Amino acid sequence: MGSPMKSLTKLCLLALATTPVALWAQANPDIQSRLSAVEAATKAAQSAGDNAWMLTSAALVLMMTGPGLALFYGGLVRRKNVLSSMMHSFILMAVVTVIWAVVGYSLAFGGDSSFIGDFRFAFLNNVGSAPNADYAGTIPHQTFMIYQLMFAIITPALISGAFAERMKFSAMLLFMTLWALIVYFPMAHMVWGKGGLLSASLGGKIPCFDFAGGTVVHITSGVSALICALYLGKRIGYPSEAMKPHSLVISVIGACLLWVGWFGFNAGSALNASGLASSAFVATHFGAAAAALGWILAEWLHNGKPSMLGGISGCVAGLVAITPASGFVRPFPALAIGFAAGIVCFLMVSKVKQKFGYDDALDAFGVHGIGGTLGAILTGVFATNAVNDGFKDSAGKLLPLGWVDGHAGQVVNQLIGVAISWGLAIVGTIIIIKICDVVLGVRVPKEQEIEGLDVALHGEEGYILES
Amino acid sequence: MKKIEAIIQPFKLDEVKEALKGIGIDGMTISEVRGHGRQKGHKEVYRGQEYNVDLLPKVKLEMVVSNTRADEVIKTLAGAARTGKIGDGKIFVYDVMEAVRIRNDDRGESAL
Repeated sequence: MGSPMKSLTKLCLLALATTPVALWAQANPDIQSRLSAVEAATKAAQSAGDNAWMLTSAALVLMMTGPGLALFYGGLVRRKNVLSSMMHSFILMAVVTVIWAVVGYSLAFGGDSSFIGDFRFAFLNNVGSAPNADYAGTIPHQTFMIYQLMFAIITPALISGAFAERMKFSAMLLFMTLWALIVYFPMAHMVWGKGGLLSASLGGKIPCFDFAGGTVVHITSGVSALICALYLGKRIGYPSEAMKPHSLVISVIGACLLWVGWFGFNAGSALNASGLASSAFVATHFGAAAAALGWILAEWLHNGKPSMLGGISGCVAGLVAITPASGFVRPFPALAIGFAAGIVCFLMVSKVKQKFGYDDALDAFGVHGIGGTLGAILTGVFATNAVNDGFKDSAGKLLPLGWVDGHAGQVVNQLIGVAISWGLAIVGTIIIIKICDVVLGVRVPKEQEIEGLDVALHGEEGYILES
Repeated sequence: MKKIEAIIQPFKLDEVKEALKGIGIDGMTISEVRGHGRQKGHKEVYRGQEYNVDLLPKVKLEMVVSNTRADEVIKTLAGAARTGKIGDGKIFVYDVMEAVRIRNDDRGESAL
């Protein structure tokens, strides 16, 4: 049953149920109080369903970082650097959590200015079990806060793919702290915060559709990754030496954990356990599947053999691209978006990267930066109110969303959102990486890079096979 | 005594071991190694970059035999390991000065 029909039916039933009952209740106060109790219980049941799903989603998104991304990136680096790569993901689970609790959540979601939040939620003040009506009216405010924290954790972790195998650990910690403050919190506020410049549903001046973070998470991290790769320079021996993944097995496991975890990332962005969550779940899955096929097909034709690495790279590219679109598009456009991402990102990492010669070690820019950009733009094409009925005019009529609804101008808004995320990422990262280099030095000395970061920076080895 | 060192194709190992066992040689040391002779490696593409892979997996067998048995062992080994194609491998023969059985201090050929 379509959404308008459902609402109409609900309304009729409610009228039928309450009118005679209400008349009778005036004579029977006991019935009145029991009716209120039933209404409260219904609301509580809805909240319970929503909260269960949202807590599950938060756990799924954290799983994407640990162990999903840790395994995915860890398997792609050389053996001597596996632990340093995993450490990047893991330490952020700890560091970002503290920053978020102290000031991060507030800067991202507090207040209603255009660019950055205020300090009303600093130290999680006023973040309790009562819902925050601005953001998610049926779940505890704490649930919303912890869900958003998991996004703040994985976003900087994605950047580590670009500077893998050559960045100093101390400099990375400083970089990530500054990056969260200067790039992530403002971007999150602009797109998802109340009154944010690009907010679609909370009073933004340039409404940009980004359901789960194509701009906030993937473009910012992917473009920042490119800046880092350019600033740090190529690894010793790149590109003449083959630096192949030391364990595609663990990368495959990581990629599959990312795919499953992404259901929390996208479907959880519905912020409730509704039909929209189901729709986003389906779109996410379809995007991943089509992209894996697209990349594998392109590779099969281009290299003659379909590879496992191509398969997992493809599925991640599709998941990235479908992220902004997931709560706005139908299943078959999701397939199309995924397929396009598979092909485009394959070309990015196999052709364009060679042409420009930068060492984006784990293709953070090629997959997240470009995949996110593609997905954000295609969201403007395929977004439809047949999927997402959350946007109505003052009369209560559904607004057209994307090009397929007849609102081609949305693509322009998407491009603006894309441009702002690129701009913020580029400017912010250049400033931050320069500060880190001056204060701590960002690149490890040559001997440490050759010896391997696990031993040099962390004093341990990932595998001790003889023992 | 002679030390016979053979570098062969990994997929030939079972056949060679069986053949040597058939003539009564069942003491040997086997290791997994990488290398190449005139066998060119192959090209691999990783992320659009083409690489030459010329460290090919091989298996090395080492055994010490009496002087009288050396020729027979070499013939049996080579016959079992041969495919006729480039990459079959090589056998090297060295003189051995002494052999000792650790368990009971047997010396010379009686230690083999």
